Amino acid sequence: MHAETGFRESAAQALGDPQIRANFRRAMDGLMAKRAAQFPDPEDFQAMRHLGTAIRARSLLKLPALLEQLEASCLRNGIQVHWARTCEEGNELILGLLQARGATRLVKGKSMVSEEMGLNHFLEAHGVEALESDLGEYIIQLDQETPSHIIMPAIHKNKTQIARQFSQKIKDAKYTEDVDELTALARKVLRRKFFEADAGLSGVNFAVADTGTLCLVENEGNGRMSTHVPPLHIAVMGLEKVVETLEDVAPLYALLTRSATGQAVSTYLNLIRGPRGPGELDGPREVHLVILDNGRSRIYADPQLRATLRCIRCGACMNHCPVYTRVGGHAFQAVYPGPIGTILTPQMEGVGVRHELLHGSSLCGACAEVCPVEIPIPEIIVRLRREATHRDAASAVEGRGTGRTATEDLAWRLWAAVLSRPRVYRLAAWCATRFRRLIPGGLPLLKAWTLSRAKPVPARRSLQERVREEGLPHG
Amino acid sequence: MQPERVYFYGTCLVDLFYPEAGMAGIRLLRRAGVEVLFPEGQTCCGQPAFNCGYREEARAVARGQVALFPLDIPVVLPSGSCAGMMRNHYPELFHGEPDEARVRAFSGRVFELTQFLVDVLDVRLEDLGEPVKVTWHSSCHALRDLGLEGQPQSLLGQLANVELAPLGRERECCGFGGTFAVRHPEISGSMACDKADDAVATGASRVLSTDGGCLLNVQGALEAKGEALRVQHIAEFLWERTHAR
Repeated sequence: MHAETGFRESAAQALGDPQIRANFRRAMDGLMAKRAAQFPDPEDFQAMRHLGTAIRARSLLKLPALLEQLEASCLRNGIQVHWARTCEEGNELILGLLQARGATRLVKGKSMVSEEMGLNHFLEAHGVEALESDLGEYIIQLDQETPSHIIMPAIHKNKTQIARQFSQKIKDAKYTEDVDELTALARKVLRRKFFEADAGLSGVNFAVADTGTLCLVENEGNGRMSTHVPPLHIAVMGLEKVVETLEDVAPLYALLTRSATGQAVSTYLNLIRGPRGPGELDGPREVHLVILDNGRSRIYADPQLRATLRCIRCGACMNHCPVYTRVGGHAFQAVYPGPIGTILTPQMEGVGVRHELLHGSSLCGACAEVCPVEIPIPEIIVRLRREATHRDAASAVEGRGTGRTATEDLAWRLWAAVLSRPRVYRLAAWCATRFRRLIPGGLPLLKAWTLSRAKPVPARRSLQERVREEGLPHG
Repeated sequence: MQPERVYFYGTCLVDLFYPEAGMAGIRLLRRAGVEVLFPEGQTCCGQPAFNCGYREEARAVARGQVALFPLDIPVVLPSGSCAGMMRNHYPELFHGEPDEARVRAFSGRVFELTQFLVDVLDVRLEDLGEPVKVTWHSSCHALRDLGLEGQPQSLLGQLANVELAPLGRERECCGFGGTFAVRHPEISGSMACDKADDAVATGASRVLSTDGGCLLNVQGALEAKGEALRVQHIAEFLWERTHAR
């Protein structure tokens, strides 16, 4: 999925939409408060996240071996495992599985990896109906939109907007703003779809290498309907989702639900061990696991960037990001928006095309502060900014140096030339203070600054001049 | 043990926009019985280039600055952001360079001003001013890079006639972010405006902070809105309240 307009334009557009701004502000304030209530003691939180970080770091350290072990464990449990290097491969693979069984009706649980693959469009183009059954995903699918948040895909809409949409798009639906009634309406539609579906598709929150267990965290029950009712279940996951043992799951799960929605536990935690066994009354006849790379092994190869893969997709970084809060997820024009998307997207798609996105962060650090697995997002942003403008670095980041412009390059050289020569700096400071009111507001940087701020005016005398007047020792 | 002498590093924003804050910082230190050295040749810590990925340029500037502080005494800055850069990011910036060890030793001596006043000097302040209500905005880097939490508040808490009104969404970024303010002026501007609104809503007559960047940003937004609320560096405020005229 590629941006048609730049991040700056789409962000400006979102900023101009009071409804979007209000919806996000309210939602993010609520989510921040809920999360804070789940971590009342900062020391407990630190202890929990250190454990979470250690588990994820250990899993990644052993990643190749754990993936092999996962495959073997899954096979032992009767889960068939497939590997996809690219999104295209993943799509073809899934289509192949469906076509071989004559499946044309697919119900989907929530899966960001399937969004990454653009699976729905691909399947629909090949005659398969792919219906989202997560309420948020269902809502945005009705409007042919993409998720604006990885946990709460329809968070950009309020209940009035949803009420209007349901009354227009769902057959025989009457207009109501009652949330329970709206939910019941969606439920009625989806119930039938679950029973009619030929196949179900889900994501994976954690895959346990040791036991071959696929863990699925959800609140609505649609996840288990998608994975248990149809005769065929296909799970898709990024290759980083593997953990070593079942013991690893509990601490990560606790961090995930608390960080994401401020819940101590989710309504459901599905542990899928394989297809329906002999004598069992329900469950799919076949279970398949598709493991997607899509640039992850390249990220894995870099010791600093590897921390990106620790992500457990809780979305806390988005909920706490002042930029995300103001512009919303769609402005990022990426599958994964917000801070994690800011580092993940350029690593997947190349730093050049996403140069502007990389600068859409004030490096305030709120994301890293709340990240349950301590991903140093601001540091990685700065690293990727360097990759975007420099070709020389020995790294595997795609599109290195392609974000470089001659103007920017010259500006920084000039900047360094002035600031590494104190006399030149003093002369510049002298000019800035003496001609302080004469600095033209039309200068490019000042023009941007003064879009919403008064022009800054330097002091009459610089500190260095004041200090000289006082006669302080230089040392 | 209290050091006899410290270096003062003015920072470029304080040098050009808030010299009174710099002077106040120096005076607060001297009053606490510390001799203050102010090396000539100060320009910038190099953070803007570093944050934008221009490491060679950042290093060229940083290297010149480190050389100004040869003595093994503390280096005090009236800025959380520049202190964070020098303390936490110089070692990384100079990783693998011939002067890495020297830079590391320098980084270990760097302190933000309020941190130094409280944690090292344990200063006691006496309020000589009229009752006033102020509000406090932490700079993100002071807060999250340096872990400065409580020091500014403890200094303000020593002032009997100063009421500290809590700022709504205190921990949220004001939108400055160095080049972010001009690369994404719409987003940055909306953050600055919201911060200004939150400050106005406190009913305080001043917004205090420890960073020139935040001050410039919030002040710009308040001025554009035509608000009378004044923005001031904490050092200047502390000095103003505690010295006999």
